[in-house]
Amino acid sequence: SGLMRAHCSLSLLGSSDPPTLASRVLIASRNFANDATFEIKKCDLHRLEEGPPVTTVLTREDGLKYYRMMQTVRRMELKADQLYKQKIIRGFCHLCDGQEACCVGLEAGINPTDHLITAYRAHGFTFTRGLSVREILAELTGRKGGCAKGKGGSMHMYAKNFYGGNGIVGAQVPLGAGIALACKYNGKDEVCLTLYGDGAANQGQIFEAYNMAALWKLPCIFICENNRYGMGTSVERAAASTDYYKRGDFIPGLRVDGMDILCVREATRFAAAYCRSGKGPILMELQTYRYHGHSMSDPGVSYRTREEIQEVRSKSDPIMLLKDRMVNSNLASVEELKEIDVEVRKEIEDAAQFATADPEPPLEELGYHIYSSDPPFEVRGANQWIKFKSVS
Amino acid sequence: MAAVSGLVRRPFRQVSGLLKRRFHRTAPTALQVTVRDAINQGMDEELERDEKVFLLGEEVAQYDGAYKVSRGLWKKYGDKRIIDTPISEMGFAGIAVGAAMAGLRPICEFMTFNFSMQAIDQVINSAAKTYYMSGGLQSVPIVFRGPNGASAGVAAQHSQCFAAWYGHCPGLKVVSPWNSEDAKGLIKSAIRDNNPVVMLENELMYGVPFEFPPEAQSKDFLVPIGKAKIERQGTHITVVSHSRPVGHCLEAAAVLSKEGVECEVINMRTIRPMDMETIEASVMKTNHLVTVEGGWPQFGVGAEICARIMEGPAFNFLDAPAVRVTGADVPMPYAKILEDNSIPQVKDIIFAIKKTLNI
Repeated sequence: SGLMRAHCSLSLLGSSDPPTLASRVLIASRNFANDATFEIKKCDLHRLEEGPPVTTVLTREDGLKYYRMMQTVRRMELKADQLYKQKIIRGFCHLCDGQEACCVGLEAGINPTDHLITAYRAHGFTFTRGLSVREILAELTGRKGGCAKGKGGSMHMYAKNFYGGNGIVGAQVPLGAGIALACKYNGKDEVCLTLYGDGAANQGQIFEAYNMAALWKLPCIFICENNRYGMGTSVERAAASTDYYKRGDFIPGLRVDGMDILCVREATRFAAAYCRSGKGPILMELQTYRYHGHSMSDPGVSYRTREEIQEVRSKSDPIMLLKDRMVNSNLASVEELKEIDVEVRKEIEDAAQFATADPEPPLEELGYHIYSSDPPFEVRGANQWIKFKSVS
Repeated sequence: MAAVSGLVRRPFRQVSGLLKRRFHRTAPTALQVTVRDAINQGMDEELERDEKVFLLGEEVAQYDGAYKVSRGLWKKYGDKRIIDTPISEMGFAGIAVGAAMAGLRPICEFMTFNFSMQAIDQVINSAAKTYYMSGGLQSVPIVFRGPNGASAGVAAQHSQCFAAWYGHCPGLKVVSPWNSEDAKGLIKSAIRDNNPVVMLENELMYGVPFEFPPEAQSKDFLVPIGKAKIERQGTHITVVSHSRPVGHCLEAAAVLSKEGVECEVINMRTIRPMDMETIEASVMKTNHLVTVEGGWPQFGVGAEICARIMEGPAFNFLDAPAVRVTGADVPMPYAKILEDNSIPQVKDIIFAIKKTLNI
């Protein structure tokens, strides 16, 4: 009964209280499993004899890490939604809530020294590639503490080995093949994850990139993040073939359950090993779903039903799937995960505070960063008398 | 006898100096280098200097270059550094930009800049704007090069000048060589520059030989981007031009010189960032301005120069409105008589100069 009372007091802990020593001891004294083995969906294969394994081992440590990361992305996106409705974020804002297993799962399957490039639904990847929620939200609100100093906004965030954030649909795919070319040129065994959506999959330049990547055996993992809708156009209305994992034709492909982080992780490990072995490019289709509309200006219900959205939420939510697995296999407790939720909420709240309070970049810096490595020069403003200094 | 005793009476140092001077009495023969070979040399030197530099484009390797500009490079550097691409401008331009983002230093050749239109999104949105959008985090050290503008008899789809289009965009540098010295110095500067640089060459100039000054024969010879060159000093009128028309301006100046009119001919060398200082200083001296370009008149290079002249100190020194000589405002026709009259000829330049000077 002492244990019961302690449990109760744990769950009554408010959001401001860090876990006490007593509660930590309580959690530690519960015997969690170190790891557990899970079955994952078999991937559909194209031009591949074998695919990723159908079982995987998840350690408690990794599970907690993935859970925290996915929850952080989820809450960060929802906070962005809130800030947008308050008009503190302007312009474009494409949210990825629902797709957390993709960004977290991909990162789990590669090394920090590998490379990643994606399109405009990029906040999740910006986080998983190493930037803080603080600098992401501050970039969304256009402040000087933003990761691009407020110069880029939602679609133009960069980090080490993360090449954005790209606004022109499809253009990032040849860029990714080029990064893969550099990987091969440098001989360092690195790969480049090159992402695009189901809408972008019909862009001609993607096929040009497929051709050259295959021809030159570039270590490029082409990844189609298929969330069923390109803006308001469903896949059936946009593509003569919706088997995106086969669209690379001569490039082997696999179709992955993008709502299951473990499936994504295993597929990524498989694809990365394939590329690193020098066999050339490979294509992964991640079947996923976005809860929000295309962007903040799209309610997201004119071209799909609320029932569909609700069904995915209740049956396939990536965070719920991981949580259920972990709790049912004794890798973590419900309370423990709730604690993580509380910590994450706090982190997001602090970041949002910063993003709202930080000042906008100084006007004097309007002309900065036109050229790299150059001495300062003058940039013309709205008329001939307004001049800005440009510093590299 | 006197000569010998003269030698004996001098200190040894001077004697050996005399002997040395005798051996080097003949001046080095003036070296003639075509624009094509100048670009080739420049690329070769930079490929050798920095292993991150590589060249890609259609036919650049085994064909030795569609216009033979990259002749011999594939034999010397091999498949890794001289890459033949399929006919996929948007794709390979994007690949080149991505490689630059990841730290390599690509030279991306467009067979002509007309085909760059297929890839222009990668040049502008992926290359030019990225350093700015990233707040200074992501640079793109890439060179886009190839022949630009009118050729001979290739008609409308193969004759467009892109100086104004590329010159319009902040974040890009745009250079336009005229002679061999320009070509070698600018390609080297472009390759060493950490920014996206567009080099607009001219097919008709590739085979033209020019005297190569000794300094241009050095492996570290660079022509600075953003600085114009005064090719000919003059006092009566400033004539500003870029690329092949610079030669026509010099021809016009030679003709006019016989009539007592001295033209100051400025070779822009760089379209962006434009060297207005040199142009303004010249106009303040000559009080007259004619701009000459191969591209279309509307929103062209000359239009920009005239607008900036009006905004600056040189306006008050003008004794006549600034005048533009440009390509005709038509898609390039094929028939020779029509084509000849669609680009600025020496007579058109002379006419414009005389009109401006009211003679």
